[in-house]
Amino acid sequence: MKILSKIYMALIILFLYAPIAVMIVFSFNSGSSVWVFEGFSLGWYAELVFNSEMLEALKHTLLIAILSATISTVLGTAASVGITTLKSKLAKSAIMSVTNIPMMNADIVTGVSLMLLFIFCGKLFGLTESLGFFTVLIAHITFNLPYVILSVLPKLKQTDPALEQAAMDLGCTPLKAFFKVVLPSISSGIFTGFIMAFTLSLDDFVISYFTCGHYQTLPIVIYNMTKRTVTPDTYALSTIIFITVFALMLLYNITLARSEKKRGVI
Amino acid sequence: MKKSSLGQLFLRAPYVIWSALFIIIPLFIMGYYALTDANGVFSFSNFANLGRYKNAFLISLLYAFISTIITLIIAYPLAYFMTKCKPSTQRFMMILTMLPMWTNFLIRTYSWITILSNTGIINTVLQKFGIGPLHLINRPGTVILGMVYDFLPYMILPIFNVMSKIDNSLIGAAEDLGSNRLNVIKKVIFPLSLPGVISGITMVFVPSVSTFYISQKLGGNKTMLIGDVIEYLFNLGPDYYNVASSISLVLMMIILVSLFIMNRVSDGEDGGVLI
Repeated sequence: MKILSKIYMALIILFLYAPIAVMIVFSFNSGSSVWVFEGFSLGWYAELVFNSEMLEALKHTLLIAILSATISTVLGTAASVGITTLKSKLAKSAIMSVTNIPMMNADIVTGVSLMLLFIFCGKLFGLTESLGFFTVLIAHITFNLPYVILSVLPKLKQTDPALEQAAMDLGCTPLKAFFKVVLPSISSGIFTGFIMAFTLSLDDFVISYFTCGHYQTLPIVIYNMTKRTVTPDTYALSTIIFITVFALMLLYNITLARSEKKRGVI
Repeated sequence: MKKSSLGQLFLRAPYVIWSALFIIIPLFIMGYYALTDANGVFSFSNFANLGRYKNAFLISLLYAFISTIITLIIAYPLAYFMTKCKPSTQRFMMILTMLPMWTNFLIRTYSWITILSNTGIINTVLQKFGIGPLHLINRPGTVILGMVYDFLPYMILPIFNVMSKIDNSLIGAAEDLGSNRLNVIKKVIFPLSLPGVISGITMVFVPSVSTFYISQKLGGNKTMLIGDVIEYLFNLGPDYYNVASSISLVLMMIILVSLFIMNRVSDGEDGGVLI
């Protein structure tokens, strides 16, 4: 039974990683196809430096991800604090239902509805080009917000409101009490929310596709490429991203495990 | 006290305004497009002509249904086996399941062509043994494979999360009271893991039913799913926005109704079991 379960787990991991292995192998292809492996070469990695379209797109993607994650984290944290202190149950559940919409809805519907809004407004103001940097940014903030709120809210529920009250009784202003007492106790939720928002933004294709106009992010460039022909440089860039994320996650988990050991949790 | 509640209104207000502007109003605008023709005149014709897309709707629902069932069948035992591992292995397995989600899904999908095509990796290996070439790509099954592959982590993670929090003493108690392993799974673990299963199903079904890339790449454009239809129509230009909006609206309704039914069914089932 033990061995069978190990084999099963290995098979699923193999399934999950087969296409990624293909991607890594073909990024080292000396030929220009992602179908036939001709020989080992680092040429496509060197070529990346000169691929201005892809580098530009990478820059756009990172910019949008950092901005949208930051803005949605600030906005979402503020909203979560505002929602927990809301007295009316009806208003609370109304806000939460609306918050759930972008999470429950299909990406394509969210993307299309935002695109229609932007085009509608563009027409209203007589713009020739209604889609671009700001529309992608707005779209990304919109689909990030629910994830931030849903990671901050539970943490807020766990904090004792008496603590904040005590700080204020001891002479803190409400603002100071928030920064000194509430914020530290919900910081892990805020961090999770930020990371989720950042990665969702980095990886988003469908919503960006409908709202970006000529402002191309990396997934859009990759999409256009798969419509024509994919060259191994795309795989090279993705391999670099893959290895970076893998290293970061391992590092994070090792430090986590170490600090847990120190505290004697495990 | 009055002062702080004013402050809290100030905290809430930006988000309330934001969600009104960018969640609610876009849906109304989509409704407006769906209920008008290309000249902006009110008409029901978009909905009246939806019958032409009936097949795309039905195929999308069928494919999404099949791939959700398959991901559940694959993911559930995996999550169960993961909870039986030691903590460090559990964490490593979590990383391994999450990591593919950070690699662009377009590339992961595209890579399957290299594996499955007539001159691809599988067929090359088979040829060495004198078999094939097997026709593996551009079939309905390939599209479902793509969906299962792309969305499998979304099923594994919520089930694993819920399952790993099940109190071990409950399992011990069931064993002490004479349950065998199968009964422990059936009567203790499965009912308690149901919330994870439900969110897993949601997270796989919704993207599957609305996808527009997988079928184009792995189905060879033979099967138009409803997501493909929406994308195709929007790319045709502003004259087609109205029809495309009505299809999007119906897709949204279908998703909402499916989620509602599923939550209802699960509420009925686990109502008596959850402590």
